[in-house]
Amino acid sequence: MELFFQLTLAGLAIGSIYACVALAVVMIYQATDHFNFAQGEMAMFSTFIAFTFLTFGAPVWLAAVGAIAISFVAGLIIERVVIKPVENAPILNQIIVFIGMLMILNNMAGWIWEFTIKPFPSLFPSDWGVQSELIGPHHMGVIGLTLIVLFAIFLFFRFTRVGLAMRAAAANPDSARLVGVSVSWMLALGWGLAAGVGAIGGILVAPIVYLDPNMMSGVLLYAFAGALLGGVSSPFGAVMGGMIVGVLENWIGHPALSELLGFKMNELKLTFALMVIVIVLLFKPAGLFGRVVVKRV
Amino acid sequence: MTRPNRITPLLLIGFLVAIGIGILLPQFYPDFVTYQLTLAMAWGIAMLGLNVLTGYNGQFSVGHSAFFAIGAYSAAIFIEHFGWSPYAAIAGAALCSFIFGFLFGLPALRLEGLYLALATFGLAVATPQLLKFGAFEHWTGGVQGIFVPKPAPLVEGLTPDQSLYYVALGITIVLMVITWCILHSRSGRAMMAIRDNPIAARTMGINMPLVKTTTFGISAMYAGIGGCLYTYASEFVSPDAFNFFIGVYILVGSVIGGIVSIPGAIVGGLFIVFMPHVAEGVSNTYPWVPPPWAVFGVFLILVIYFVPFGVWGAVERGLAWTKRRMAG
Repeated sequence: MELFFQLTLAGLAIGSIYACVALAVVMIYQATDHFNFAQGEMAMFSTFIAFTFLTFGAPVWLAAVGAIAISFVAGLIIERVVIKPVENAPILNQIIVFIGMLMILNNMAGWIWEFTIKPFPSLFPSDWGVQSELIGPHHMGVIGLTLIVLFAIFLFFRFTRVGLAMRAAAANPDSARLVGVSVSWMLALGWGLAAGVGAIGGILVAPIVYLDPNMMSGVLLYAFAGALLGGVSSPFGAVMGGMIVGVLENWIGHPALSELLGFKMNELKLTFALMVIVIVLLFKPAGLFGRVVVKRV
Repeated sequence: MTRPNRITPLLLIGFLVAIGIGILLPQFYPDFVTYQLTLAMAWGIAMLGLNVLTGYNGQFSVGHSAFFAIGAYSAAIFIEHFGWSPYAAIAGAALCSFIFGFLFGLPALRLEGLYLALATFGLAVATPQLLKFGAFEHWTGGVQGIFVPKPAPLVEGLTPDQSLYYVALGITIVLMVITWCILHSRSGRAMMAIRDNPIAARTMGINMPLVKTTTFGISAMYAGIGGCLYTYASEFVSPDAFNFFIGVYILVGSVIGGIVSIPGAIVGGLFIVFMPHVAEGVSNTYPWVPPPWAVFGVFLILVIYFVPFGVWGAVERGLAWTKRRMAG
């Protein structure tokens, strides 16, 4: 039973990382109807930027904040420069632009920092918080920090003028434009925020999976699964979905289950994420918390 | 120009000349180049499959590496565990990947655009892990993969590389002709109608689920045949050789060659095999030049901005323009 709680709590921790990336994906999806296939690589690149600050001797928190700030600006610039030209292009063109960005970021990271696997320090000291058998200090910090970040984002969208303008721009661009909201800048801001939130996900996951240019491909798949499970039209759903996927993923790795079935289930974790995606899309495309979108033809 | 061309004398002559050049090439180049050309055709066949699926039927796949892997692995397993001849194994691999593609196409039916891209992305990311999976290890060879000997030459006097090259060339030609025929048939028009306007297509009585799943199956079959030839040329299958980036390469080649075209796939195959060497040479001489695949990423985005119809689309437009000029 203790193992079960351990797995669940660790699942919640890794799930909050998926939640960050899923939230980044959903923020962009809501504003622009795109699935950003490069979200994972953007987060990876941000983490490498933090890593560079560390090698210059910056303290880990400062490095993280610096990397997140740079990611925010970079996200803004990417939207203005790379995404804007295909805003109204067919879906295929948009997907290919994302794939192109994924290739660029992945290979540039490998070129600048090499493809070797690097350790990345935790943001949280090892004697942090309550000592417990059930959860490690990093995992506990991850859950706490993610909750704070998500709450901050909620407050931003709910109670600030800019947050309101961004919601308006996503929900009804034409009307938003009529009341004086600069829709295209709101989109860019959304990209910046998404890049920042994704960067937090990357920095939190790096101590667990280690730092290398391919570290995010699995994380992005889980994040997509989480986003779909929760509902792509709902940021809250994306967060919940990410958490659920994280916990389920860890349960699947439980040794008792592997013993029961006679083979190692943790070798099938990515396949599990694929199954979640396909099953959700087939049976409840709106997700658990999403709205059903009715398209007029 | 979203429909395949009619046969014109120019097209026919061009096709025959291309075949002639294809037959002669191995006589002038060493085995290594022949081997590379075989790889280019293997990629090209997979890209042809993607062109049919995406260019002509409007369904997206960023995960054709999965079907590439199915073809490669099923051929390797037929040879290794059942003792089939490599040529029978090609047919077996084609059938396996068709079935697999058809089955994956069933749930994919309900997915549109972005969501289908997402599902195939998942498939591509999960494939290497599935291939390594312990319960299948007896068949797949686990992490180590399977060694596949290069097929013995079909004709005396040819090296194994040359022989395989001619096999690949034959298959490429046959598949291109078949694709052309399909696209000009009733089913081909149904495919394109679904791409252009699904609702109108259904109103006209097209059996949409059947056409879409069959197209998915055919596309997967092409990718599988490509994967099979790729395996014969490289003599090896291993799980990590079929990672997500293989799917990206297939997509890149298709787009650059021209995704709504048949010959574009060959251009794409040549690009994927030869351009990395060229780019690598450049970045070795000038260390400040980023690595090839980062440059290709930039290139890909620029192609989408300025020439979304790809190289072959540009050639077709150029020809049409010349024709108009000459007609006065």
